[in-house]
Amino acid sequence: MPLNPLVILGSLAAAAMVSVGAASLSGLLANPSGNTIPIAETVILAPGSFMHPRPGEFLKDGHPVAAPLIPADIRNPVEIMKYQVSAQEYERCVEAAACEPVDKPGHGDQPVTGVSHIDAEAYAAWYSHATGQSWRLPSDQEWAYAAAERFTADIEGGKSDPANPAVRWLAEYRTESALDRKPDPTPRTRGSFGVNSKGVADTAGNVWEWTSTCYVHAVVARDGTSVESAIDNCGVSVVEGFHRTYMSNFIRDGKSGGCAVGTPPDNLGFRLVRDQPSFARSVMRRLGIS
Amino acid sequence: MTTHKEIEMLTRREALMGTVFAAAAVAVIPSLPAMASAKDVAGLPREKITLVAPPFVHPHDQVAKGGPKVVEFTMKIEEKPMIIDADGTQLNAMTYNGSIPGPLMVVHEGDYLELTLINPETNTLAHNIDFHASTGALGGGGLTMVNPGEQTTLRFKATRAGTFVYHCAPGGPMIPWHVVSGMSGAVMVLPRDGLKNDKGEPIHYDRIYYVGENDFYIPRDEQGNFKKYESAGDGYEDVVKVMRGLIPTHVVFNGAAGSLTGDKAMKAKVGETVLIVHSQANRDTRPHLIGGHGDFVWEQGKFANPPAKDLETWFIRGGSAGAALYTFLQPGIYAYVNHNLIEAVELGATAHFTVDGEWDDDLMTQVDAPRAIVGL
Repeated sequence: MPLNPLVILGSLAAAAMVSVGAASLSGLLANPSGNTIPIAETVILAPGSFMHPRPGEFLKDGHPVAAPLIPADIRNPVEIMKYQVSAQEYERCVEAAACEPVDKPGHGDQPVTGVSHIDAEAYAAWYSHATGQSWRLPSDQEWAYAAAERFTADIEGGKSDPANPAVRWLAEYRTESALDRKPDPTPRTRGSFGVNSKGVADTAGNVWEWTSTCYVHAVVARDGTSVESAIDNCGVSVVEGFHRTYMSNFIRDGKSGGCAVGTPPDNLGFRLVRDQPSFARSVMRRLGIS
Repeated sequence: MTTHKEIEMLTRREALMGTVFAAAAVAVIPSLPAMASAKDVAGLPREKITLVAPPFVHPHDQVAKGGPKVVEFTMKIEEKPMIIDADGTQLNAMTYNGSIPGPLMVVHEGDYLELTLINPETNTLAHNIDFHASTGALGGGGLTMVNPGEQTTLRFKATRAGTFVYHCAPGGPMIPWHVVSGMSGAVMVLPRDGLKNDKGEPIHYDRIYYVGENDFYIPRDEQGNFKKYESAGDGYEDVVKVMRGLIPTHVVFNGAAGSLTGDKAMKAKVGETVLIVHSQANRDTRPHLIGGHGDFVWEQGKFANPPAKDLETWFIRGGSAGAALYTFLQPGIYAYVNHNLIEAVELGATAHFTVDGEWDDDLMTQVDAPRAIVGL
């Protein structure tokens, strides 16, 4: 049976919210004297809408096509970390035995790198617990919204021919080659890549970021934008940065290129978004339960 | 522990005196062979070739025009740091003509290959060249040892048709060290009447690429990061320790991971026939063209033997060069790899071909694109 990706993504996101919520509640209970963990600097993005090239691989009439551009509505403000999570911040989670140490620890105010999706999720759970707040990875749509003018999405060659699949492969390969991006593996102090029009720092620098969005195979409907059916694979997540890519959740170093055609990410890191306390939690707080 | 100074002295002394190995070779060959032959050669036409950096190959005739000639080449040895991967890992490289591998030299069977080898004063080490295509004097190694500030000219007769490795062999422990620092390349001696298929019928190529594969052994510090040395001599002791473990840190084509991908990918068109010459001066390898084949493959690289047909993967022995001929039948991106896939993907031995042309549905068709499983 064809699955509706929106339903799947929606239910996953809801499940994630529930578990994060639970973690933060128990965190508050366990740590009633208040937290000693500094709260990351955030940027609040006002609601709005934008055209979002969807992540995943898309087929139309049985042939691969560019990801459909869909109007995305951000209905509520998105509060996102201004900077990527730093090596020092991540280290606190490691010290609390809630995160796995990275293979090559970075320096204090550099973004943490060499982290998998699993590491990022562990950090979000710990950070929510430690701060008593709800932190999670951004969805691809939220990340794209925050990255604004620096958002690239998948590299597309702009050419395809149903009779010759190689036309698209070659066009993508050449487009990517033409970008002429040199490997840039050494993480820099946070802020080194500047701030975009929304005040968010270091998007599309040399640290790619994990999102909560699953990799998906989708069939585009006749209208060219809506999705007729889709099968997702949540063992692989969308990774955003200089360009979009997809990585297995356990990968910590995305550099090995190999036969997979395409420029690999220099580094893997992440930043989180903070969800506003829910109505239920406000009520509980008011009642003195939390 | 040997200090930097001592190493430098050691290498300087070697530069001045030559190693025992090389010295012995010189002793065995008291003077240049047979002056009569030199006189005969003097009457032959001469051709001067300008070498080009791999994967490209200097222009040449596939079928020889006229009789034997003397083909002149010049190579300058360059010691210099080179970056060998995307992390910026540095190799204190030693190179023939500034590239890893050194350039491919093409002559015909019966020609004389005459090389002038220059070791500029700016270098710190003594070098030479051992041509597997040549006969005598340790492949010429015994006659070509040049100190910094010297040059030498060697001529040998190309008596056997095929692809052959050349490499530096300055004696004793210097030999493997110079080779894994980048000093190797290849010679192709074509039959005078060109290449032939398994039935003895003439075949030709529209393009030729020379892929030299190298294994590198870069020492790491306590944190596991690759170390950087000011000069080759500084790194010598550490490098030899890694070499003796026989596990390379890098296995790459054309001197660096990613040096034959992206805008440097090799090119071809559907219907074109490509000859890929592949050398490995030190270690076995197994080239494979993902999505293609070897139509005619000289695994051992020697053209007097009929080529093997329709190979999926071919074996290049360490210390040899082979050749594979393939006519591209389908457009797309082809990966050309060492099919030890760990070496291809993790250590760097991957190249790409971009091939333009019309898709052949008969050869391959996606009958049903990936979709939800039905009927189970």
